[in-house]
Amino acid sequence: MTLHEVVSCVSGKVVCGEQYLQRSVDLGFSSDLMSDVLTLLDDNLLLITGLANIQSVRTAEMSDICQVLYVRNKQPTKDMIALAEEQGIVLITTPCSMFKASALLYQAGLKPVY
Amino acid sequence: MDVSIELTAGDFSRAGTASSRIKKILKQLNVPPDIIKRVVIALYESEVNVVAHSYGGNVTCTITSEGIDIVVQDQGPGIPDIDLAMSEGYSTASKEIREMGFGAGMGLPNIRKNVDALEINSSENSPTTISMHVKFTHTQEE
Repeated sequence: MTLHEVVSCVSGKVVCGEQYLQRSVDLGFSSDLMSDVLTLLDDNLLLITGLANIQSVRTAEMSDICQVLYVRNKQPTKDMIALAEEQGIVLITTPCSMFKASALLYQAGLKPVY
Repeated sequence: MDVSIELTAGDFSRAGTASSRIKKILKQLNVPPDIIKRVVIALYESEVNVVAHSYGGNVTCTITSEGIDIVVQDQGPGIPDIDLAMSEGYSTASKEIREMGFGAGMGLPNIRKNVDALEINSSENSPTTISMHVKFTHTQEE
């Protein structure tokens, strides 16, 4: 599914990276634990997290994850947005809980990593 | 090519900047993306370990056409039981580290998974040195 579809599926708001919304993602991974995210080597992944700090964007950068969805209306900080823009990472927020966002996206066709 | 970067203890806002720099260099050298990912994940995990657990340190990377040697050194306080530290799920992380999304006890095991060679030298109340090597050829596919 495209990031456009991700945004509409979870009533999301794009924080940065509007120009990349045609990108498609195949897999979703929901975690607040960056240690777990760093064990993944899959491509075309959407990270769904409630951890709105700079390390969530750093972890995305290191793992070649180009899109992060922040749940429970967590708002990325200026530092996070600056790093995401530099790295071409799309940041999206949603009012949904992690469970609800994951369920909606799974229903819409996003596959789990495992 | 040699690159040496200082790592500051406790400065989570900058944790990852060394890995980011190395990632840019490896991209410029046209190293395959899957190998770059393994290198930077191992380096980033090490960087977080130094920031989270040590009194500060540095990372030195030596890059050749064959691969990359990474040496991460800190100023202590050392790892009393390396075998225990290498087991998945074991962690001595503080609440602050866990709030940053780390401290699950997956760092060292994940480093081992991503590198072709790993050596850890440490003991209680001593500096820790982690030496890693990743080849730029596909010999360790997951």
